[in-house]
Amino acid sequence: MTAATLPRLEGRHRVTFLGVLHAEWIKLWSVRSTRWSLLIALVLTIGLPLLVSAIIASHWDQHSHSDFNPLDPVLVGPGLAQLPIGVLGVLVITAEYSTGMIRASLTAVPKRLPVLWAKALVFAVVTFVLMLPAILIAFFASQSILSAHVSYSLGHPGVTRVVFGSMVYLAVTGALCVGLGAIVRNTAGSIVLFAALFFVVPPLMNVLPQNWNNAISQYLPANAGTSLMNLTHSAHQLRPWPGFAVYVGYTLLSLAIAAAVLMRRDA
Amino acid sequence: MTVIEARNLTKDFGAKRAVDSLTFDVRPGIVTGFLGPNGAGKSTTMRLVLGLDRPTGGSVTVNGMAYARQPAPLHEVGALLEARSVHTGRSARNHLRALAATHRIGRKRVEELIDLVGLHDVANKRAGTFSLGMGQRLGIATALLGDPATVMLDEPVNGLDPEGIQWIRSLLRGLAAEGRTVFVSSHLMSEMSLTADHLIVIGRGRLIANTSVADFVAGASKKLVHVRSPRIDELRSVVAGLGGSVSDVADGLVEVGGLTAAEIGDAAAANGIALHELTPQQASLEEAFMDLTRDELEFSHAEAPA
Repeated sequence: MTAATLPRLEGRHRVTFLGVLHAEWIKLWSVRSTRWSLLIALVLTIGLPLLVSAIIASHWDQHSHSDFNPLDPVLVGPGLAQLPIGVLGVLVITAEYSTGMIRASLTAVPKRLPVLWAKALVFAVVTFVLMLPAILIAFFASQSILSAHVSYSLGHPGVTRVVFGSMVYLAVTGALCVGLGAIVRNTAGSIVLFAALFFVVPPLMNVLPQNWNNAISQYLPANAGTSLMNLTHSAHQLRPWPGFAVYVGYTLLSLAIAAAVLMRRDA
Repeated sequence: MTVIEARNLTKDFGAKRAVDSLTFDVRPGIVTGFLGPNGAGKSTTMRLVLGLDRPTGGSVTVNGMAYARQPAPLHEVGALLEARSVHTGRSARNHLRALAATHRIGRKRVEELIDLVGLHDVANKRAGTFSLGMGQRLGIATALLGDPATVMLDEPVNGLDPEGIQWIRSLLRGLAAEGRTVFVSSHLMSEMSLTADHLIVIGRGRLIANTSVADFVAGASKKLVHVRSPRIDELRSVVAGLGGSVSDVADGLVEVGGLTAAEIGDAAAANGIALHELTPQQASLEEAFMDLTRDELEFSHAEAPA
């Protein structure tokens, strides 16, 4: 330790939302869990479509392909990538509670809400920007693998919406999970809640009477969100954009509850 | 002029009252010690100042405004909390950079603080690998990042080596001399006696004393006088006649209560009794603190099973 005098600081600025965004950007990229989770999401988004397309192409003659949708192999990637994205979204906030960092964050930004908005925004944008090239690679590569049989170009009706939409879905899922993390505060609890909402509850709906299942299932978060990625429309599914609007509604609800909890509870 | 102003500040955690109607001011230009046994409510009070906890009742302001409403909080108050407030997976440098970014404080300042607290060699290491002392230095760097007008540190010497303790003492004195408000908590009276000018003493969440260090000692002194005399038995009856109490300390030495040294000396002279010693007993700062807080300790040692 050097001489015990504190050097003066030139220039003083108020807290701005831009500053809080920058802080969350630095925080996001300065922990290992970010790099690992995003790397896994990238590998799944690119790798799985290639693998599945290759398997389908090599066994083409052994199956009937009357209702084959060449986008299905592409969507296997984002379908699984939502797991690391959701977990990282939760960690972005729960890790601050488990380590105590939240006290430093809220001391720097005692108005609190900008921290929540910045976390959700930075994470959603990073997810979208990083995953978009991945899904495009996955799309073009898998369609070229399947080109000898059935494949789509980006110009095919609805394909752009599905391909871009899958990444919009991932980005919104990231923001939704930031909200879940802020509500629950505990990492394990938040991940359980996320997994239950997205992976456990939807198949459980099959135990309901068929007409109930048909009426309710389409409004579940995951089903509403993924309707953006449907090329064809079945009877008991929301249409793509209304379905996506419902999903954005869930995300806003998650963030609104998170905001209320953040303002009310002691840090 | 006051900077931190607590008025009837109260905080309950469930049925337990952690801070009980505290009213005090913290002024600039001096070191104000915040003293109390462990569990007295010092940390909770500091969290209330920062708006991390919401008071059950009363209020606390910094420069006349709730901390949460400050437009540039890190320039207003720099705080070190007792509980670690660092992501264990993030390096010290990135921790400081992230917090600095909220106020558009540049990299140069971050490097200045890293050098100031002596973390240069480990600044890129993850904070989770830090020793208690290194973590404490990072916390101090965080507190000083914004060149704050008020510095509020919760048990800052915890985990520091003797050199670090010397350093923080002179730093705090220097900050106060520059006209800043310095508010430092400790459960160790001896530490406060070396740094503080003014003391706010609490126990079980209640204010026990709010006074200068000198007055604190004087006020808590027991007003006892040690008297040694070859004619101690005659002196005993003289003192008793004046209404003083006498108890034996050693052969020829008694402790007199209820009379000043002057009264005892005059009475002895009037009766022709020689005195070999006449010593007013002043309580040490440590004793004064123990006296005041004895009733306020959450778990008194006397109650502990043998």
